[in-house]
Amino acid sequence: MKKMGWKELETESPGGQIKRGGNAQEYETGSWRTFRPIRDEAKCNHCLRCWIYCPDSAIQVKDGKVTGIDLSHCKGCGICAEVCPPKVRAIQMVQEAELKARGK
Amino acid sequence: MKSVSTRRVMALTGNDAVAEAMRQINPDVVAAYPITPQTELMHKFADYVADGDVKTEFVLVESEHSAMSAAVGASAAGSRVVTATSANGLALMWEILYIAASTRCPIVMADVNRALSAPINIHCDHSDSMGARDAGWIHLHSENSQEAYDNMVMAVRIAEDRQVLLPVMVCLDGFILSHTIEPVEILADKTVRDFIGEFRPVRNLLDLDNPITFGPLDFHDYYFEHKIPQIQAMKRAFGVIDGVAGEFEKISGRHYEHVERYSTDDAERIVVALGSTCGTAKAVVDELRAGGEKVGLLKIRTFRPFPYEAVRQALARAKAVAVLDRSHSFGAQSGPVSIETRAALYHHAQVPLKSYIYGLGGRDMSGDQVKQAFEELKSVAASGKSPDELGLLGVRE
Repeated sequence: MKKMGWKELETESPGGQIKRGGNAQEYETGSWRTFRPIRDEAKCNHCLRCWIYCPDSAIQVKDGKVTGIDLSHCKGCGICAEVCPPKVRAIQMVQEAELKARGK
Repeated sequence: MKSVSTRRVMALTGNDAVAEAMRQINPDVVAAYPITPQTELMHKFADYVADGDVKTEFVLVESEHSAMSAAVGASAAGSRVVTATSANGLALMWEILYIAASTRCPIVMADVNRALSAPINIHCDHSDSMGARDAGWIHLHSENSQEAYDNMVMAVRIAEDRQVLLPVMVCLDGFILSHTIEPVEILADKTVRDFIGEFRPVRNLLDLDNPITFGPLDFHDYYFEHKIPQIQAMKRAFGVIDGVAGEFEKISGRHYEHVERYSTDDAERIVVALGSTCGTAKAVVDELRAGGEKVGLLKIRTFRPFPYEAVRQALARAKAVAVLDRSHSFGAQSGPVSIETRAALYHHAQVPLKSYIYGLGGRDMSGDQVKQAFEELKSVAASGKSPDELGLLGVRE
């Protein structure tokens, strides 16, 4: 893809702004992970605390229930596992390297 | 209800005059934090807010960093924003100054020039605005409170011009101008309102039909290209500043350029200065001229973008020039005004130049100090060389 020169940027991106909202979605940060959150569906009580606290909006929710984790954007910060209620402990952070060795 | 229906002269302090300009500008948002000697400016404006004389959303923030952050946010959301600060307040908002300029927010800010700490000093020098000279703001300096008022009104038009879209800092000397009373002609409210016009933002974060992302990240492959348009905008600002001054002259009768040449056309020795010192220097020029000495003053109004061409033209035929800086750039040969003046002359004119520092921390700048500079220029002219040594005016050895 040909990159824009400054002359084109003057009109395309004045003051560095982007003429769209939400294009951060196109930048996939999932490859940055060292640890992957693994959620146990059986244990999860859908309290949605992980969804509230996730800084990448990576917890997927439909009709008030957690349906999965967006692994193309999850950076593996572990906040979801941290805020999951201690009595529930539905999310474990597992090393990516270990998961990849197991073929996952 | 405060209003000015026909132009009239009032006895005002510089802070009052700027507050009056702000009342007439009637900005959408003002976010500010108090600091001497700006404080009374904001007190006056706060009175206008409390009395319902303005429609302004007045955000009382917890620090100057927050003040400029709120200003940038409000500007991005399509508001006309004005604020004011001094010295360490300006220093505290330093990172956001760069952001305001590079995101092209047309914010207008009065900087009531005060010395940067340490030691803590509440009085006038130019270290604060000079410390921010690289941030990308337009800088206009005021010789007196009339100029401060006029510059504030013009600043709105300059900042918001589609060819510019850069924040503008209007500088006025702390205490010397901000706290002393002078006759200042205030234009009619309607005149100012018509002059600045309705604010037409170029972008608006609250416009959900045209969503934008404001202040995103660049990597090394785009940052550089994003910076060049700022350079271009500064270049275009020269013409816009002149154009706005031309229109302002029609409504006020007062003429403004990037510099003011006071008795410089046939002057052999010229002093260069900014701000209130120019008033003192003009009186000295008059006195020395009456005695037959061919001297002149070059006052610089626009410090950023620096008017190299105008400075060069004014100084090229002089036999010697003294540049008076009310701040220093530690580790450099001289203060910022002198550094720029030398650059203006480089390769263009061989004019011996002596750099001076004066008035730091509010040290009184007397006519005698200006006379000393003019006197020393006699030997500079005779030698034909620029002395390496930095001149110091008014300091005890």
